[in-house]
Parts: sequence; C-alpha cells; structure tokens
Amino acid sequence: MKGKVWTFGNNVDTDAITPSKYLGGSQAELKKHILEVVNPRFPQEVKPGDIIVGGSNFGCGSSRESAPAALKAIGIGAIVAESFARIFFRNAIAIGLPIFTCPDVSSSFTEGDEMELDLATAKITNVTQRKILQAQPLPEQMLQVLSQGGIVPLLKEIARKMKG
Amino acid sequence: MGATLAQKILARASGKGEVEPGQYVTASIDLAMMTDQMYATFSILAEAGIKSIWDPNRVVCLLDHYAPSPTVESAEVGKKITEAVKAFNIKNFYGQRAGIAHQVLPEHGWIVPGELIVATDSHTTTYGAFGAAGTGIGISEMAYVLTTGTLWFKVPETIKFHMLGKLQPAVMSKDLILYIAGKYSTEVAQYKSVEFTGPVAQEMSLASRMTMSNMAVEIGAKFGFFEPDEKVIQYLSRRRDKPFDLLRTDKDAIYERIYEIDVSTLEPQVAAPFAIDNVKPISEVGEVRVDQAVLGSCTNGRLEDLRIAAKILKGREVHPDTRLLVIPASADVYKEALNEGILYTLIEAGGVICNPGCGPCFGAHMGLLAAGEACVASINRNFRGRMGSPEAKVYLASPATVAASAIEGKIADPRNY
Repeated sequence: MKGKVWTFGNNVDTDAITPSKYLGGSQAELKKHILEVVNPRFPQEVKPGDIIVGGSNFGCGSSRESAPAALKAIGIGAIVAESFARIFFRNAIAIGLPIFTCPDVSSSFTEGDEMELDLATAKITNVTQRKILQAQPLPEQMLQVLSQGGIVPLLKEIARKMKG
Repeated sequence: MGATLAQKILARASGKGEVEPGQYVTASIDLAMMTDQMYATFSILAEAGIKSIWDPNRVVCLLDHYAPSPTVESAEVGKKITEAVKAFNIKNFYGQRAGIAHQVLPEHGWIVPGELIVATDSHTTTYGAFGAAGTGIGISEMAYVLTTGTLWFKVPETIKFHMLGKLQPAVMSKDLILYIAGKYSTEVAQYKSVEFTGPVAQEMSLASRMTMSNMAVEIGAKFGFFEPDEKVIQYLSRRRDKPFDLLRTDKDAIYERIYEIDVSTLEPQVAAPFAIDNVKPISEVGEVRVDQAVLGSCTNGRLEDLRIAAKILKGREVHPDTRLLVIPASADVYKEALNEGILYTLIEAGGVICNPGCGPCFGAHMGLLAAGEACVASINRNFRGRMGSPEAKVYLASPATVAASAIEGKIADPRNY
C-alpha cells in the first residue's frame, strides 16, 4: 500500500474526526467536515488512498464507530500514529481500516510525503525521505479481519459456512 | 512469575496457562451487554445473514440512554429493538424499566469476579469494582461476539494507584478519581489495566469503588480493578447462587508503574470545561455560578450518592436561580431512596426527580443546557456540547459538591455543610 501522508498532532478526538452535529445528517455533509477543526484543508483536498499520520492518543473520546468508518468512507488507506485510544483502534480493525502503532512516525514524516506500508510485516517506508521504520505488527487475528475487509464480510463468510 | 488480575482473566478466558503483556489472545466472552445502540449491532447481523446468537443466556440488554423515548424516531428504534431481542431469543432484556446498565447488571447478580465482560459502552470498566474484567467495544465487534462468543484482546500492562491515608468527610471517591485524572492526565492508563489498591480502596464501599472503576476509562484504561473481597462476596450472596472464584493479582506480579497517593489532605475536586483532566481543588475554582446541578449517572447515581446529597440539602433550599435534577441510577436505587425518605428530602429542597436512566449526561435525552449556561454534575464527561449547547459549560464534581452547589447557586465546598 502506498499513499500521500496527512500529518496530525496529539489527542485528535472522535468529535474532531466526526463532529456530533453532522452525525445525524447525510454522509455527504459529514464528509465535508471530517477533521476540519484540526485542518480545514483536509476534507477539501483528501484523496482516496491517502494515509493519516497521527501523534499520541489518536481517536480519543467516545466509542463511536462512525469515526473510523467516516475516514474509511473518504478513502483513507491507513492510519499510523504514535499511539491510539483503545476503542478507536479496535473499531478501525473491525471496519477493515488498516491501523498501526509506530512511536517514531510523527518525527519521520512531513505532510505530503509518500508512505509505503506493508500490512503483514508493518514495515513503513518514507519514500520521499528514504527512511524505513518498523511499526508494531498486527496479530494474525486482526490481519485476517483486515484482509476480509472488516467484521461484516467476515460474518457473511461465517453465515455462509453455517448454512453449508 | 506472578500474574496481574488482567493477565489471569485473559489467560483463563483464552484457555492458556499464562499470558504476557503485549500478547494478543482470542478469548471466550463470559457476558455481553448492549444498550440502545444494539439496533446497529442487530442490523449488522441481519446484513451478514446471521440468524442466531452464540448463547442468548450470556447476553443481557436494556434501554437506558433514550428511555423513555424522547422522539418518535427513538421510539421506532426502541420498537425494532424489542422485536429483534425476541427474534434472537434473548430473555435477559430489562427494557426501559430498570435504569442504567452499569448499575442494573451488578444489582441483578450478572457481574462476577474473574469474568470477562464486554459491552457497547465505554463505561463498562465499572465492573472492575467487582474484580470483573469489563471493557467497552464497538458495534461491529459486538456483532462478532454475538456470533462467535469470542473476541481478540491485547493483554495489557498493569499500573497501580496505591491510595493511603483517610478521606476527609464530604470528600468522595469521585474527588479521588478526578484528582488522579488531573494529576496524571487522561492518557496515564492508555490501553492499560488499572488497579486501585491500598487501605483507602479496602475501606471504600462497593458504590464508591464503582465510581472510580467507571471513570478508569476516562484516564484511558481497558480495565479498572479493585481487588474482590468480603464486600463483593456479601453483595453477590444475595444476588447469585452460582459459585465463583475470587481471582486476585499475585503478590509478585509485575506492575508497569505504581503511583502512591496520600488522600488525607485531598480537597473536593472539580474538572472544569472542556477536559476531564482540567481539574482544580475546590479552593481554587473561584466564583462559578451554576444554572443546573445534576445528581445521577452511572458514575454517581447510587444510594450513597443520593444519601449524602440529601444530608446536605435537608432543611435547606436549592438556590432560586438553579435547577437541581436528581436521577437515581436504577429502579432499585429509586425504591431504596424512596424508602429512606431521601427523595422526599430532595423534593422538599426543590430538586426534580427524573426517572432512572442516563438522564442529561450524554446530551440527547433531557435536562439539556442552553448557550451560556453552566452546570455542575456528578457525571463523567465535560466535553464541549456534552450536555446540550456547545456554548454551555459542564463542571464535574462529587454528589456532595453538586448538592452544596445547588444550595448556593455556585460551585461550593461541601465541607461547609
């Protein structure tokens, strides 16, 4: 996986990702406001395949699954941060959005750099700056959920097997 | 090498002899709980074509956030949930009648030391007060749990808050957990298991322990344990006939870090907007007028919370410019508070008693704030817009501080009552 990097600071919360006041409305409207309080250019310029680099405690706040789901919906390919709030991390895997913890990632990327990411080994390459980092690899169970595209496809598979 | 309670429970649930922090395991779930957002989980099951759940007897659900339904839309969701619960043969459904899940489940004997409990609510850490590993998960993960009865977990590191000394009168466990958040930040326990220990923990009532375990998630914790003791055994003996083991952390278990806190000089604490770690001792809060005071929630809506508030408010009156909302955490708490005359005292002082449930805490049911208003509340979060207008302010405090503040119409020190 390869993509252009957007960088964010520490403690990006789920309200910044998906502001509550747009949660009840349309997906199209919500997409226009994702992360706008932190970077107003982001919702306007983000492209499918882009990768988010975050600081510590990314995704803190509520347990809403809509936060990673919205990032996936606008085409974010992966999130790599120094650390994550626990439920956000779990929810990202659950909806099939690759997510990696890498303590040095913030200092190794500037916005606009190109990142290459190997899901299985968690090896991260800053193609622009020619740097290689090692993120914490995901365990087998989580890689399996990711490779299926999240829990819903996984459950569909289970349902098919139950019938068969 | 000894193991922590988190390690022991995850090892047992994943069928392994021992597990190490950092290791990932697939564990069997002892109990799954869902509240109002369960409709989203049922929708995922429907989309996937899953027709039956792994063990309906290990699933407990109820409606506490939007109960009674405030809008036609939520009434429709409630109706669909009731139908889905029947279709999946879930017998342990309390509907809208019982109160807040995190109070109702312990009261009905569902929370047992040593068990692994997941729920689609972040405050599931409350069950750590009973030595159970309770933690919040997402709606898709819950669909996976309902299908397979299992879920993956990272074995967490454990940190410990060792509490020494004696709390002053009118200083409560809420003040302690706010102090911890303020001093050590909301990241101190990120992804970790927390243990609250020491003489102060041993002395504490179960209700007080539940307050701290409840808010363990606000400092990032996966679990928030107290060591299960005689108080837990007594509590459960009236509620459960099935035997259970008292799993405890080994003496030689490894902690990532130990924080020692002397509570003897601790003042009542207040978390000012808009972060839980924006905490000040009450002597430094200054003049903060309050339009609303809220006594309730899964953090502090139990009998001892209402009791201390009634003690302070007895024979006094809520300030004419302030509204006092009282929300007993459960129907059982409501009945006991009724029997003890607590509710009478609170009503006579000018309080308004609302039905058991989450109340105004999450800002979508009732008791919301207008722009420019301020509220002191015994709840768990003070984020911008949490209880209504984004231009309103919520201050977190103990039930005693809420009661004193309701009388004075401004944030006030309960030690003066």
